[in-house]
Amino acid sequence: MKPVDEKLAKSFGLNAGEYAKVLEIMGRVPSFTELGIFSVMWSEHCSYKSSRVWLKELPTKAPWVIHGPGENAGVIDIGEGMAAIFKMESHNHPSFIEPYQGAATGVGGILRDVFTMGARPVANLNALRFGDPKLPVTKRVVDGVVRGIGGYGNCVGVPTVGGEVNFHPAYNGNPLVNAMTVGIAAQDKIFLSAAAGIGNPVVYVGSKTGRDGIHGATMASTEFDASSEEKRPTVQVGDPFTEKLLIEACLELMQTDAIVAIQDMGAAGLTSSSVEMAGKGGVGIELNLDDVPQRETAMSAYEMMLSESQERMLLVLKPERSEMARQIIEKWDLDYAVIGHITDTGRIVVTHKGVVEADIPLAPLSDAAPLYHRPYIEAPKPEPLGPVSSDMSLEAALLKLIACPDLCSRRWIFDQYDSTVGGQTVKRPAESDAAIVRLEGTNRALAITTDCTPRYCVADPEQGGAQAVAEAWRNITATGAKPLAVTDNMNFGNPEKPEIMGQFAGAIKGMAAACIALDFPVVSGNVSLYNETEGKGILPTPAIGAVGVLEDAALARGIAIAPGQDLVLIGATYGELGRSLYLREICGLETGAPPVVDLAAERANGDFVREQILQGNIAACHDLSDGGLLVAVTEMALAGNTGADLTQADTSPAFCFGEDQARYILAAEDAEPLLTAAFAAGIPAQKIGHTTIDECLTLPGGLAISLTVLREANEGFFPAWFA
Amino acid sequence: MRAGILLFPGINRERDMVLAVRQSFGTEPRIVWHKETDLTGLDLVIIPGGFSFGDYLRCGAMAAQSPVMRAVRDHAERGGYVLGVCNGFQILTETGLLPGALLRNAGLRFLSMDTMLKVERNDTVFTAKYGKGEVFRAPMAHGDGNYTADEATLDRLEGEGLVAFRYHDENRNGSARAIAGVYSPNLRVLGLMPHPEDLVDPLMGGTDGKPLFDSLAAA
Repeated sequence: MKPVDEKLAKSFGLNAGEYAKVLEIMGRVPSFTELGIFSVMWSEHCSYKSSRVWLKELPTKAPWVIHGPGENAGVIDIGEGMAAIFKMESHNHPSFIEPYQGAATGVGGILRDVFTMGARPVANLNALRFGDPKLPVTKRVVDGVVRGIGGYGNCVGVPTVGGEVNFHPAYNGNPLVNAMTVGIAAQDKIFLSAAAGIGNPVVYVGSKTGRDGIHGATMASTEFDASSEEKRPTVQVGDPFTEKLLIEACLELMQTDAIVAIQDMGAAGLTSSSVEMAGKGGVGIELNLDDVPQRETAMSAYEMMLSESQERMLLVLKPERSEMARQIIEKWDLDYAVIGHITDTGRIVVTHKGVVEADIPLAPLSDAAPLYHRPYIEAPKPEPLGPVSSDMSLEAALLKLIACPDLCSRRWIFDQYDSTVGGQTVKRPAESDAAIVRLEGTNRALAITTDCTPRYCVADPEQGGAQAVAEAWRNITATGAKPLAVTDNMNFGNPEKPEIMGQFAGAIKGMAAACIALDFPVVSGNVSLYNETEGKGILPTPAIGAVGVLEDAALARGIAIAPGQDLVLIGATYGELGRSLYLREICGLETGAPPVVDLAAERANGDFVREQILQGNIAACHDLSDGGLLVAVTEMALAGNTGADLTQADTSPAFCFGEDQARYILAAEDAEPLLTAAFAAGIPAQKIGHTTIDECLTLPGGLAISLTVLREANEGFFPAWFA
Repeated sequence: MRAGILLFPGINRERDMVLAVRQSFGTEPRIVWHKETDLTGLDLVIIPGGFSFGDYLRCGAMAAQSPVMRAVRDHAERGGYVLGVCNGFQILTETGLLPGALLRNAGLRFLSMDTMLKVERNDTVFTAKYGKGEVFRAPMAHGDGNYTADEATLDRLEGEGLVAFRYHDENRNGSARAIAGVYSPNLRVLGLMPHPEDLVDPLMGGTDGKPLFDSLAAA
């Protein structure tokens, strides 16, 4: 074993100043295992040392927030005594090194964050960003990630109901895999992680510990270079079958009063779970590693403390209930082992084969964790887009746009995900702007979405951050649901670069403003930094996952139109083409300023739309986002297999493809009462056309394209890519 | 009719099945743990979908060796009704209660979408509420639904009217003769890959699967 010194600390990811702090806390040279514990706890991934000062700017409170950031996941009140528990988390670094397992264990990890709090997981979503589809590596990563998400989610029996996919060369070396899970619990049956009760047993439940994933959290806190392939052993291997057993065993145990505290072993495994549980409870913890279930021989204390083997939980139990707990766990064929107890020392003491391998005071380990006010340079405001022109016809432009990788149908992906297991999926992928999942045994439903437009964020992080929140809010609103809260997954490059920190700071500022304006607090989240390969960073990607509630699931609206309806555009159109997909795909430019996010208009327009839906006046609703109005109407027509006539609408590309925010298309039997109501409420509204019985989309100006042609264009990309 | 729903580790569609049975039968099905061996009092044994034992061996192969499956075999021999859906169908073929086997889907990818099923005969306890030749919609969600058997067996199944359902729109998983479900010779054991239990509520997009459970409830 190497001697413990500054050099070893550096190889563990601790800089000289951080190592000096370790020496100060310990009052001596730490042991190898102790240094390992410090290094993972103080890694960017676990300590949020670069982002904490900024995350504090986000609003986290509302009357319906039960637990905000700080727990394993956020908890909100969704009525009738129930709570929704949710979070989104990245598994970016592992997913590039080993796409299948990286994505699979990303799903597994976020599921555990949710059911560890007492919730039955009811929905999974995934926000994915990949590199240039022309590169073979992108195809390999997409295939592996999609198979991994499906392989894990399908097996555990949690429906995968939504998500998003973008492509951009900036993700060539750093794809993003952000997995979100939503679970349901009774409000009086929520489990927290703070340990308590001196002498209470600390119990290990789940899979055995192996050598996989050692230093995974550290890997997730550095940039990639040519040697990253060598980091494959730091990627964990998932076992969804064991996860399923763990879900059922934990939920069964949670029906009893045996559990004092519970935490999953995620990043930094046994180290972070034991340190966080004892630290939060203000107690001490003693672990005897001899009793840890192991699947490999001769594992050292260091390896066991840092292993990120999957499907493991740490519990503090009431001693008098531990025998009953053991029976429940063993009924599900899972390992159950008492590996320690709670103490009053305020220290974590780890023994292995009779030797004390680590003895660290807990308070300084967390309180003295590094906190950096990293220097940042505000992103320069983008130049407004000048006049753009293209001689491409509306028809050709539309066909090209709906076929491009960022706008084409995602059917090939979601057809590999079980979206109906559980029997509560009211709206499946692509049927509505947010997935709709009913709460079993009630009329209520959750509306769930993920959103971010990184090409806006790179041009203007503040507008982009606000837009991500606003679009999530809009997508929930478009179903008729009331948006309640968000989880954020901040994916950025190297925070030690001031311009990257500037992106981060800008995004937070925009998100905070939008969350405040829309009463949409952040209740959980995750930060993934160092998404860089050989010095090149990703587009700033503050992915937003959001949850809303519908009191009557039957009122949920999808995007499918039907014959005999008028189409009404809600919201003002200025024709913003800056950073639009039209600009990129048709004009070959990625320039200009992204569309302005007017939060007051966003709020007013959305509240109006939701009210109209809940009054039963709306047959279908779709928000306008990527690709603008014509793309949205095309999606509505294809979803309903119904034609639409937009002959009388404005023929300018700015009107047809502009990505102005705060807009919706509503389908209603009669536009008149809707227009009257909008006028009375001061909401911009105009009739843009109507649906038809012929299976054609008639463009502004009068040219008709058959739905078959549109469908072929829209459905073509993925099947052809993977043919 | 008194129904029991088997629960193996890794089964994940038992809740869906409970809802469908509860709705049509008006009674609560009994949940039967895989280590139980007494099925007394049950008229119908349902094996739901999922990934029993992770499907880490061959799909359904481990579950087929469970103690409860001996009891299911006895139950079937006594003329009891058995319904196996998805993983349940795979378990029934592995147990030998139904002929054939389910291979990896032809395209080697998991397939999750609605499919259209054609009812081959409506004179069984499972299909009485459908019309003969009726086509209905059912979600499918499987990686191993490619039904296969030797030609003689397939000929026999067709000759004896033991094909229950065929894929009517598209045979996505590559099943022999587009077979989606088969009966035992006494027509009391049915296995099928798609999930009628997930389409029994208008809110979830339709009630195409409900007649199957209504048929059983009326038997």
